[in-house]
Amino acid sequence: MELICGFIQRAILQGTPLLYGATGEILTEKSGNLNLGIPGIMYIGAISGVVGGFVYQTNAATVVTLWAILIPLICCLAGSLLTSLIYCFLTITLRANQNVTGLAITTFGVGVGNFFGGSLIKIIKSDVPYLSLTKIAKAYKITLPFAEDMGPIGKAIFSYGFMVYLAIIIAVAVSVFLKRTRAGLHLRSVGENPATADAAGINVTRHKYFATSIGGMIAGLGGLFYIMDYSNGIWSNNGFGDRGWLAIAIVIFATWKPLVAIVGSYLFGALYILFNYINVPIQFLPLIQMLPYIVTIVVLVAVSMRKKRENQPPASLGLSYFREER
Amino acid sequence: MDKSVAIELKNITKTFGSVCANKNVCLTARRGEILAILGENGSGKTTLMNMISGIYFPDSGSIFVNGEEVVIRSPKDAFDLKIGMIHQHFKLVDLFTATENIILGLKEEKGFNIKRSAARITEITDLYGFELEPNKKIYDMSVSEKQTVEIVKVLYRGADILILDEPTAVLTPQETEKLFNVLRRMRDDGKAIIIITHKLNEVMEISDRVAVLRKGEYIATLDTDKTTENELTEMMVGKKVNLNITRTEPKNSEVRLEVNNLDCMNRDGIKLLDNVSFDVKSGEILGVAGIAGSGQRELLEAIAGLQRFQSGDVLYHNPNTGDVESLRDKTPIQIRELGVRLSFVPEDRLGMGLIGNMDIVDNMMLRSYRKGKTMFLQRKEPKDLAEHIINDLQVVTPSSATPVRRLSGGNIQKVLVGREIASSPTVLMAAYPVRGLDVNSSYTIYNLLNKQKEKGVAVIFVGEDLDVLIELCDRILVIANGRIAGIVDGRTAVKEEIGMLMTKNGRGEENE
Repeated sequence: MELICGFIQRAILQGTPLLYGATGEILTEKSGNLNLGIPGIMYIGAISGVVGGFVYQTNAATVVTLWAILIPLICCLAGSLLTSLIYCFLTITLRANQNVTGLAITTFGVGVGNFFGGSLIKIIKSDVPYLSLTKIAKAYKITLPFAEDMGPIGKAIFSYGFMVYLAIIIAVAVSVFLKRTRAGLHLRSVGENPATADAAGINVTRHKYFATSIGGMIAGLGGLFYIMDYSNGIWSNNGFGDRGWLAIAIVIFATWKPLVAIVGSYLFGALYILFNYINVPIQFLPLIQMLPYIVTIVVLVAVSMRKKRENQPPASLGLSYFREER
Repeated sequence: MDKSVAIELKNITKTFGSVCANKNVCLTARRGEILAILGENGSGKTTLMNMISGIYFPDSGSIFVNGEEVVIRSPKDAFDLKIGMIHQHFKLVDLFTATENIILGLKEEKGFNIKRSAARITEITDLYGFELEPNKKIYDMSVSEKQTVEIVKVLYRGADILILDEPTAVLTPQETEKLFNVLRRMRDDGKAIIIITHKLNEVMEISDRVAVLRKGEYIATLDTDKTTENELTEMMVGKKVNLNITRTEPKNSEVRLEVNNLDCMNRDGIKLLDNVSFDVKSGEILGVAGIAGSGQRELLEAIAGLQRFQSGDVLYHNPNTGDVESLRDKTPIQIRELGVRLSFVPEDRLGMGLIGNMDIVDNMMLRSYRKGKTMFLQRKEPKDLAEHIINDLQVVTPSSATPVRRLSGGNIQKVLVGREIASSPTVLMAAYPVRGLDVNSSYTIYNLLNKQKEKGVAVIFVGEDLDVLIELCDRILVIANGRIAGIVDGRTAVKEEIGMLMTKNGRGEENE
């Protein structure tokens, strides 16, 4: 029992950054923008938060919990917003190719993250190649006071910092927004058929900008969570790994539904750490680590075979919209 | 009943570059009345209506709505004046339900509530007798249901002047009948309805008055019950123009291609070609006349092997062997090798047959790349061919290495037709080869076709201009709604006769 609950707990922690990334990407893709820059934006979200936290921790006499949470959070949102706006400007206003722009943003974001991360490590003249923000991380890891006394099952549900719950709340909110609101209907119409949306008087450019920027900010939070909560405030270069790509895979797995993305993220999180829990010879480990990607491919095949229209990507995903080219 | 004037146009003129789409058009539509606007392809019907619905802005003239002069600069202005237009091409999001599509882009004061919107839609559909399920997804709908969604969308926004652009073009006769019933009910409810069409029988059936346009000019408005189809046809096609295209008598003519009982259906099960039979002889030009989209394209593609047909056969009389071969099971490449060549000039001109970014030589190679002996391309022959075409047809281009898309429209078409002719075909199909060309370039193309005819090639020429067809072709096949409405002799044919055949509703024969 203890083992299973521990496994679930680790899976949820592992899945939460993926959930942020997937929710952000779903919102973005619903506007017809295929933002492959999400891994980079998550990196930038993480490093922005780290820089903010570092400046606060080194300059403040005493670390106040509220500021310890808010300053990195705001820095993270600002960093990922700026990066998303670069993507928006290039693809929406200048109509650059979305794939190329997205990949460039990812390369750029990873580079920026490692550059500033590396600089900070140099500044503190650390002996080890990482930067530790333990006081900030403490604020992020505050759990409900009664969580410790709940037994293994209660621990698996209640023993997380606030960002785990925030991820679920955002995913549910995005789902409700897309399904039940007028603005959500308009956003979906932009992603499906921008010419029709335009003719109906919906501002296509504005919807794309908003969805992509807000989606980017949500994804950026995933990076912040990974550093501040999952890694206990420790930044090391390239530590975030390939989680950004997994997030994009989850979008496909979830067939563009945020609620399914919640399940998908935790499942992928579980698959990600599965190798710690089963005994396999060391040479087969990479095979187990492949599992999330294999699942994605299987889902892709299944979805395209079933051909249910609701499960297909937004019809104009990846295409720029020119009004004159109707 | 209240028959006040809903909308009035005075001396509307609109030009696109040097082309005059509308010239001094005056028009009045009244409430409680259906006005039909009748004209051939390119007579400016749609342009005129686009000016009322705010897509184009007139160069001069004035528009009055309910007696007041108005300026309509955008579709939104038209909305605010309660003018709604239903376009030929639907603007719907496939994945959404009817209701979602109808309320798309609206800012209703009461807030967002799909159920309430659906209830209002049901009210509207019940009032006028539409058949529509508010929660059905668009991708599950037939064309006629989609059209209903478009009409309800306009009504939901409170329109009381409705403009329908060729609404029956995509409908079956039964669906057309349903639509007409709904339109009549809306008329009786006091709405002003304008319907654009080129089908005479529909004009007679549905409209109260009919306005005729010809080549952008306004001819007259008549009361439908005081006119006849003959009178309308005459007004629509106008007098014969003399063009002076030389036409030689066909020599050694023998049957080259036989089309027997061809049936062709699209994916929705709508018949595109219905029992089409005719033959083409060598040394003659067979003209094909018809309203755009009557099945011309499908017919040519069926012969070229590009379009599958459900039943019927195409027989090719091979002049070299004397054999009769069926083209039915042959691949397009095999058909091409027999000498059956198709040059199709689509509306966007570059869409078929040429690649814009490649130069003339490379475009020549698109037809001969299979003939190479090694894995490397041999550019000598196609280059000679390109030079040959440039000289012979006087293609204006800096060199044969210029990308095709940089040439003018006329020169592009010369390259396209020239390439097909260069392969010395036995059957040459040219669809709209003079589309968008000026007079001189057009005559170059006509001469090319005439030369091929003298060489004994069987030429099929699909054209838009009836005057040209009558002057150029030996026989003219008239196609209407995928059926052959008649085959007339080019030497004795009169425009009115062809016009009548073109507008004959091929499927409604049992009523005649």
